[in-house]
Amino acid sequence: MTINRRNFLKGASATAAVLTAPAFIGQAQATDALKMAVILDQSGGLDIYGRPMVDASHLAVEEINAAGGLLGKQVDLTVYDPQSTIQFYTQYATKAATSDRVDVVQAGITSASRESIRPLLSRYKTLYFYNTLYEGGVCDTNNYCTGSTPGQTVEKLVPYTMNKWGKKVYIIAADYNYGHITADWVQKYVRDNGGDPVETEFFPLDVTNFGPTIKKIQAAKPDMVMSALVGGAHVSFYRQYAAAGMSKSVPIASTTFGVGNEHLMISAEEGDGMIVAYSYFQEIESAANKAFVKRFQDRFGADAPYLNELAARQYEGINLWAEAVKTAGTADRMKVIEALDAPTSINGPSGKVTIDPQTHHAVQNVYLAELKDQKFNIIQTYEQQQPTDTQLVCDLIATPNQSNFYFENGLKAAGID
Amino acid sequence: MDLFAALVLQIVYGIANLVLISIGLAVIFGMMRVINLAHGEFLMLGGYSVIVATNNGVNIWIAMFILAPLIVGLIGLIVEWCLIRFLYGRMVDTLLATWGLSLFFIGLITTIFGAQTATTISPPFGAITIGEYSSSGYELFLICIAVLMIILVYLLLRYTKLGLVARGTMQGADMAASLGVSTQRVYSTTFGIGAALTGLAGGLLAPITGILPTIGAIYIGKAFITVISGGTAILAGTASASVLLGAINGIVAFVVGPTMGEVGLLLLAIVLLRLMPQGITGRFFKRSL
Repeated sequence: MTINRRNFLKGASATAAVLTAPAFIGQAQATDALKMAVILDQSGGLDIYGRPMVDASHLAVEEINAAGGLLGKQVDLTVYDPQSTIQFYTQYATKAATSDRVDVVQAGITSASRESIRPLLSRYKTLYFYNTLYEGGVCDTNNYCTGSTPGQTVEKLVPYTMNKWGKKVYIIAADYNYGHITADWVQKYVRDNGGDPVETEFFPLDVTNFGPTIKKIQAAKPDMVMSALVGGAHVSFYRQYAAAGMSKSVPIASTTFGVGNEHLMISAEEGDGMIVAYSYFQEIESAANKAFVKRFQDRFGADAPYLNELAARQYEGINLWAEAVKTAGTADRMKVIEALDAPTSINGPSGKVTIDPQTHHAVQNVYLAELKDQKFNIIQTYEQQQPTDTQLVCDLIATPNQSNFYFENGLKAAGID
Repeated sequence: MDLFAALVLQIVYGIANLVLISIGLAVIFGMMRVINLAHGEFLMLGGYSVIVATNNGVNIWIAMFILAPLIVGLIGLIVEWCLIRFLYGRMVDTLLATWGLSLFFIGLITTIFGAQTATTISPPFGAITIGEYSSSGYELFLICIAVLMIILVYLLLRYTKLGLVARGTMQGADMAASLGVSTQRVYSTTFGIGAALTGLAGGLLAPITGILPTIGAIYIGKAFITVISGGTAILAGTASASVLLGAINGIVAFVVGPTMGEVGLLLLAIVLLRLMPQGITGRFFKRSL
C-alpha cells in the first residue's frame, strides 16, 4: 500500500473508531436504586492515582449496601475509565448525567479533568464531588471539592520546614495549572514567613533529565527544595537528586510526593528525610483508620495498594454524600445540597471531615509526615483546618448559584499575593 | 569555572541520553525504514528486564549488559517474525501495527506488574564532585557507554560480513537476493539487533529514571526527532543530531528553564528539517555510515 491521503484517512478513521469503542460498552441498569457514577483514570499515565481511588469507591459502596443501603435502596455504582484522556471525561460525564441519570458523580483527578466536566454537570443539574487534593479556588454550588488545598497543607508545610532547614527555598513544580498555582502559594507563604523563594522552575510532565536543574540548585545554594512535581516521569528527579549526592545536603519538602505512592517507587535511602503534608496517611494511629486499613486490605488482598489521601478522601467523599442523603431523606439534588451545607460531617479514616458551606470545600485534619524507610512518620497534626485560600475569594452563602474557578488564571488574577 | 565544567558534563550527558534512546531506532527506522512506534516500549521492556532480574538476585551488571539486550532482542525477533515481515514497504500499516503492539506491551506489563513498580535499584555509582558541584557518577558512566555503543555499531556495520550484507540488502534488496543473500534473514537479524540495542539502552536508563509501563511514551517522540533530523546515514546522523539537539536542550534548560529547553529542542528540529529535509546527513557527512 502506498501512502496517499485516502489510505491514510482510512487508517486514521479506523484508529479513531478503536479509540472511541469503550464508550459503547454498556452498563447494566437496575431500577429503584440510587445511582452513583465514578469517573477515574484506571489506565494511561494517571492510573497510579486512579486505581486506588476506584478500589476505595468499591469498598465504600459495598459497605453502604451491606448496611442496608440508603433510604432502603441499594446504591448502584458505575465505574468509567477515561484512560487519562480529557475527551473521555466529558463523554462519560454526559452519559452518566443524561443516559444513566445518576444521583451523584464522584470523579476527576487532574484539575483539567475537573474543569472539563464541572460546567457540564452543573448544566445537567447532576451533583458532583471532586475528591482530589488540588490548588483551590473552585466556587460552584453544584460541586463539592473535598480534597485538601494549599491553604490547608502548604500553609503548614512551609513554616515548619523553613524553621527546620532555613529560609532560602528553591521551588520546582509541574508545568500546568496545579504546579503554577501551587508555586504561587508556596512563594506567598515563604515570603509571609520571612523567607526568600530564590528560584521557581516549571517542568513539562514528560521531562526525565533533571541534570541542568540540579546544577542550578547547586549554584543557587538554597536551604531546601520545595517540590510540586507530578507523575511518573518526574519521579526521576528524586533519583537523580539523590544520585548527585544532594539529598543529604539540601532536603526536600513536597506538596505532591506520596499521593502517587512515589515513596514506594524509589529506594529508602533516596527518599529518607523528605517532609510532606496531607490530610491522610495510612500510618494514622486512630482506631477508625486502623479498622479502615484492615477492611481495605481484607477486601483487596495482597495486591491492596498503599492508601494515600486520594483513596481515603474518595472513600470519605462517597460517605459524605451518603450521610447527606440520609439526613435529607431523599436523593434529590437541591435537598442533598441543603443537607450537605447544614453542614454534613462524618468521622472518617482521616478524622473528622465537615463540609464548609461557604465554599463547598471540606474542613479537615492536616498531618505533616517525614519519610523514613519508605514509611511516612507523622510528626505534626493540625485539627480541623479551614480551606482558607478558597474562602478568600468564594462565598456561596452570600452569592449562591455560582459556577466559577477563581484561580484559573493564577493568584494575581484572583486578587491575592 | 567549576560551574562551567559541571555544565559541560551535564550537556554531554544530555547528548549521550539522546544517543542511547535513539540508536536502536536508528538501526530499525534508519536502515529498514520500518516506523516502529513500539520503540518506547522496547526501552520499557529493557528497563523491566533489569528491575525484575535484580529484584530476583541477579547481579546488576549481568542484568544490564546481558539480560536486557538478550530478552528485548529475542522479543524483537519474535515481533519481526510474526508481525513486521508481512508489512515491509507498507508504511501506514506498519505504523498502525506497531502502535497496536505498543498498546499491547503497555497492557501486558501493567497486568503483570501493576501500574506502578518499585524501581528500588539505585545507580551503582556514587556522586562525583567538581569543586562545589556534584554530579552522578552514573551519568559519566552512561556517557562512556553511549560512545562505546556508537563505536560498536560502526565496527559491526563497517568491518563484518554481516554489516556488509546488511548494508547491501538495505541499498538494493533485489540485487542482494540475486547474489544469494537471504534478505528475509538479514531483515530479521537487523531488526533483532536494533531491538537488542534498545533493550540495552532501556536497561541502562532504568536506575536513573525509574520505570513505569507507560514510560515509553516519554522517549518515543525524542527518539524519532533525533533519528529523522539525523537523516540517512544512521550513525553520523544520530550522533550529529544528538549533539545539536542535546546541546540546545541542555543550554536553554539551564539558562531559561526546562520548558523552554524542550521548546528549543523542538524548534531546532523544525528549522533543521526545513533547511535540510533529508536530515543533517542529507547534506553533510553524506558518505559516512
